[in-house]
Amino acid sequence: MYLDVNGHKTYCYTGGKPFDAAKPTAVFIHGVLNDHSVWILQTRYLANHGWNVLAVDLPGHCKSEGDAPASVEEAAEFVAALLDAAGVKRAALIGHSWGSLIALEAASRLKDRVSHLVLVGTAFPMKVSQALLDAALNEPMKALNMVNVFSRSTLAPPLGAGSWVHGASMALGRRVLASNTQVNVFHRGFKACDSYTNGEAAMAGVSCPVLFVLGAQDQMTTPKAAQALVNKARDSGKKFSVASLPVGHHQMSETPEATLFAIRDFLQSA
Amino acid sequence: MVGSGAAPACSARVFFGETVGNPGLDVLDIPAVSAIAHEAGVPLLVDSTLTSPWLVKPFEHGADLVYHSATKFLSGHGTVIGGIVVDGGSFDWEKSGKFAELTEAYDGFHNMVFSEESTVGAFLLRARREGLRDFGACMSPHTAWLILQGIETLPLRMARHMGNTEKVVQFLASHPLVSRVGHPLLESHTSHALAKKLLPRGAGSVFSFDIKGNRAQGKAFIEALKVFSHLANVGDCRSLVIHPASTTHFRMTDEALAAGGITQGTIRLSIGLEDPDDLIDDLKRALKAAEKAGA
Repeated sequence: MYLDVNGHKTYCYTGGKPFDAAKPTAVFIHGVLNDHSVWILQTRYLANHGWNVLAVDLPGHCKSEGDAPASVEEAAEFVAALLDAAGVKRAALIGHSWGSLIALEAASRLKDRVSHLVLVGTAFPMKVSQALLDAALNEPMKALNMVNVFSRSTLAPPLGAGSWVHGASMALGRRVLASNTQVNVFHRGFKACDSYTNGEAAMAGVSCPVLFVLGAQDQMTTPKAAQALVNKARDSGKKFSVASLPVGHHQMSETPEATLFAIRDFLQSA
Repeated sequence: MVGSGAAPACSARVFFGETVGNPGLDVLDIPAVSAIAHEAGVPLLVDSTLTSPWLVKPFEHGADLVYHSATKFLSGHGTVIGGIVVDGGSFDWEKSGKFAELTEAYDGFHNMVFSEESTVGAFLLRARREGLRDFGACMSPHTAWLILQGIETLPLRMARHMGNTEKVVQFLASHPLVSRVGHPLLESHTSHALAKKLLPRGAGSVFSFDIKGNRAQGKAFIEALKVFSHLANVGDCRSLVIHPASTTHFRMTDEALAAGGITQGTIRLSIGLEDPDDLIDDLKRALKAAEKAGA
């Protein structure tokens, strides 16, 4: 469905179900050069099991209008405006990669309006190498290929032939990049990850339970790089848990069911 | 043709073409045709069976959907019947506005909107799910395994197919009993320049040639071949031969055959992986037999 957020037409995938104010809401936030469709199994399942789902296309990405966020903080403000536009008083925030930082920052600002925080493939700081930043800006197709190799534990389909992972992600990256003719959203997204400095402070300010979903073979956001946030969650007395999956950075497509079950169990129990 | 204004008025839902025509090997100008299709707001579907992904990647030239008969080069050994369809993920079904079956709720599938489910795989989602549900179109595991195993050696086989083809084409082009060889390798072929541009590794190993002489000589030629198998398949590891006018294209009128570049004396070859000298020796013997039959 489309919402008007800050005067811009904003697309949210609802898992094929109409929005119902009586149900709890889960907001899914994608990463750099992705869109709502990376969450397809997880969102459709939750939408059919008692949740409202709002899997957003971030501003300036694919079906959503508006300026692509130039920083995590700017994107977090958008998430707050999105909840207002949808009339959602309280929601679970689930983010992947860049989206995990956006969810984290939004949760720290929205406090009790956030019921659960799920950080999939997260790291702090989320530094991006200068070579990759340069490639994203000047040779985006080359950078897209690099990212899609780095992002996965294997190039072969982990679920066997017939399940597309690498090629579909390449195609999605090309579509998202082409969807914004004003800004290189690839470079802008990576720059936002690289320049975000408020991660630990934001974690200290979160008031809801936190789930980390990490890929043991993740080269983009290694489990080690998530440790600062895990430590901060522990040190600041958060209720938190860590789900370690035997995959790379695309947890949602490499192990779709394990990722779904981790999120589902966390949302049910916390 | 692009920008002529003709394309948007067209009522087509899809533009379709073969990367190379069978058996004339006319090369499809994929960039030009895709530009017209996109101007009309419809996708370009390409049959790349005779070229396989090793000779051309149609998506890189503007195609939106590709299919292959996997019976041919992909499996490579003439042992299975199967096919694949590939969605390049680039066509915007919503922007087109012509494909409600992908962009609006489908009550036969719990009101699923396929273009929302998958940004890049909407067509495949519906094609696959509906095909399975309505027709039970599910490949046998053994067939799928043979195709997958075949694909593992595709680049090795295609290089050999092309090398053998070049030698056979050159042999036939210089033979006095051959009036025409229809392969873009030759400057005389109408698609020679386009093939050099789009198919730098070669325009495939399935092509036709015409024998000078009568119908009986054509029959004598085919019956004298010992290495080539007389078979309707193409893209096999074994070399194959057929007489299109009496087999694959027998339903067509003489006029339609002529429009397709086929005569009563046209022979179609599918060059395999044998020693090229054995293939040329076989053709030499058969051409000699054809010559004798006309004496």
